[in-house]
Amino acid sequence: MTEPLLRVDSLGVGFPSKAGVVQAVTDVSFEVHPGEVLAVVGESGSGKSVTALAIMRLHAKSTIITGSIDFDGIDILGLDDDQMRSVRGRDIAMIFQDPMTALNPVFTVGNQIVEAIQAHHKVPDDVAWKRAVELLEMVGVPEPKRRAEQYPHEFSGGMRQRAMIAMAISNEPKLLIADEPTTALDVTVQAQVMEVLREVQRETGSAMILITHDLGLVAGSADRVQVMYASRVMERGSIDEIFYESRNPYTRALLDSIPDLGGVRERLEPIPGNPPSLLNPPPGCGFAPRCSMAVSACSTVVPELVPVTDGHASRCIRVDDLVPVGGAA
Amino acid sequence: MTALLRVDNLVKEYPIRAGVFRRQIGTVQAVSDVSFELGHQETLGVVGESGCGKTTLGRSLLRLIEPTSGTVMYEDQDVTAASKKEMRSLRRNMQMVFQDPYASLNPRLPIRDIVAEPMRIHGVSKKEAGERVGDLLRRVGLLPEHGNRYPHEFSGGQRQRIGIARSLALRPKVIVLDEPVSALDVSIQAQVLNLLDDIQHEFQLSFIFIAHDLAVVRHASDRIAVMYLGRVAELADRDALYEQPAHPYTHSLLSAVPIADPRRERARKRILLQGDVPSPANPPSGCRFHTRCPLAQDRCVAETPELRDVGSGHQVACHFPIAPGETLLDRVGAMGRTVEIAST
Repeated sequence: MTEPLLRVDSLGVGFPSKAGVVQAVTDVSFEVHPGEVLAVVGESGSGKSVTALAIMRLHAKSTIITGSIDFDGIDILGLDDDQMRSVRGRDIAMIFQDPMTALNPVFTVGNQIVEAIQAHHKVPDDVAWKRAVELLEMVGVPEPKRRAEQYPHEFSGGMRQRAMIAMAISNEPKLLIADEPTTALDVTVQAQVMEVLREVQRETGSAMILITHDLGLVAGSADRVQVMYASRVMERGSIDEIFYESRNPYTRALLDSIPDLGGVRERLEPIPGNPPSLLNPPPGCGFAPRCSMAVSACSTVVPELVPVTDGHASRCIRVDDLVPVGGAA
Repeated sequence: MTALLRVDNLVKEYPIRAGVFRRQIGTVQAVSDVSFELGHQETLGVVGESGCGKTTLGRSLLRLIEPTSGTVMYEDQDVTAASKKEMRSLRRNMQMVFQDPYASLNPRLPIRDIVAEPMRIHGVSKKEAGERVGDLLRRVGLLPEHGNRYPHEFSGGQRQRIGIARSLALRPKVIVLDEPVSALDVSIQAQVLNLLDDIQHEFQLSFIFIAHDLAVVRHASDRIAVMYLGRVAELADRDALYEQPAHPYTHSLLSAVPIADPRRERARKRILLQGDVPSPANPPSGCRFHTRCPLAQDRCVAETPELRDVGSGHQVACHFPIAPGETLLDRVGAMGRTVEIAST
């Protein structure tokens, strides 16, 4: 196996509040290899976006971050602000969910891409502008010359997201982090934007972390999947391992609770209850109160993330009782 | 089948105003000539992308938005012609659940009062209302003692349950559900979908289920209307619509939805539609889908297709509908045209 591009080790992210520290990410470790797409799946509050923001060092100063993040030999958490600025946007770039708030409304789209290029490369304006137009063309914006001179409000949602992608890839990053890149878009436009993202990722050979709550998107786009719940990684594996051979009750429950577009399942199997509070979380496994397989030990100790096979790991003390069901997920 | 609700040629136009005097310079037809029927204990799903008019349609049915023309009949009463007083009694039978469980509950009222409010307005005695609130809360999976708490003390899923309890308070016959689960996490979504299923049987309800998620709509509906730019493109029984879609838009829409099954996903050929949904302020001539349709011909630009029956209640608004057994890709190939296919 190749040397990982990104190695996150025992990452913890806590937000101080009046009532105490909200532990949004607990003991998260994972690797991303060059050229691969790792999907991070979870429901709201599971810690998936907070993990990404920690890699980009976009958290407020008061945030309590522990552990280490190694990116291509660079100790990300050890960099000073200036050093981080030279990594952010050049080696690691991020695409956000809401392109309207992520783009600056008072500058043209072209100018914003030029700014992204010139932040890292000393190139004359006209060269940068030409490059911006090329990038817009690459992400499928029609009439890129004219569109580059327009403002974000003149772009539709799908076009804005393409502009964001153009900006993100402007410095050919080694790692792209896409945080719910198509959640705000309609399905037909979502399909177009995912196609652009995949093409761009393949062409530039960059690795991608795809953060999403949509298991359908994961099924079609990722190489590996990491499932998060209540601030921790619950399971990790190849796409087929997660969908067909899951060894974790949360992953299975999540897959069972979604309605199927293809066949009709008359009754859904919801997960009872609600996710736990991350402020003073209960002891033991975060999923135990909602888990149909929970035993008394589940509410006292937090299980370790244990390897099942090479590359497949699950956090559950009953992992050996969860034999692969094969076939249907 | 005698329809409980019958909608004929419903239109909702909004003025476009500009300038200092807010002069009207045009109109947007958010809902354009929509007709359908809703049977007893039936769920009609309404799907479409943003701006297709599905929410405006839902609200026009209850006259929360005043329709511009067309009629809505509830049993033998004309909802669109009802006086204020008549409308009030009609709303006993027709209720709504809103998308945003945060914005649709008054933050200053304990949920007991929120659920009791429709009963207070409709003159149910305080004592009776109080008793019913407890029952309703229990029915939607909350506890009667939750009644003293305020909306902010509840999670999104619980709030949506409160909204459902409120909609049930007057024992309505029809509930318009506007994206009832789209703000919820998947595990919670399933809880609410099952709850809706249960109350439909228990209270013998008919639903108009508005959503953009095609998998959710398939799960929840008996019949489904697909909308595009204010018009109904196709209306059919659930399985017919998903297995034998006749409209090229329905085909492309279904093809665009990712399926949470990697093997099926890899085996599929997903069609990528070109472009965005055009602006409803300036809709394309003829068939509104023609600008993105891989099958479009001259006639589609010139002539608006009417919604017509292509067999056993399957209605489609297309000059060249896709036949049973045929796929959009077959047709595209037969016409010597090509479409873009997603790479995975």
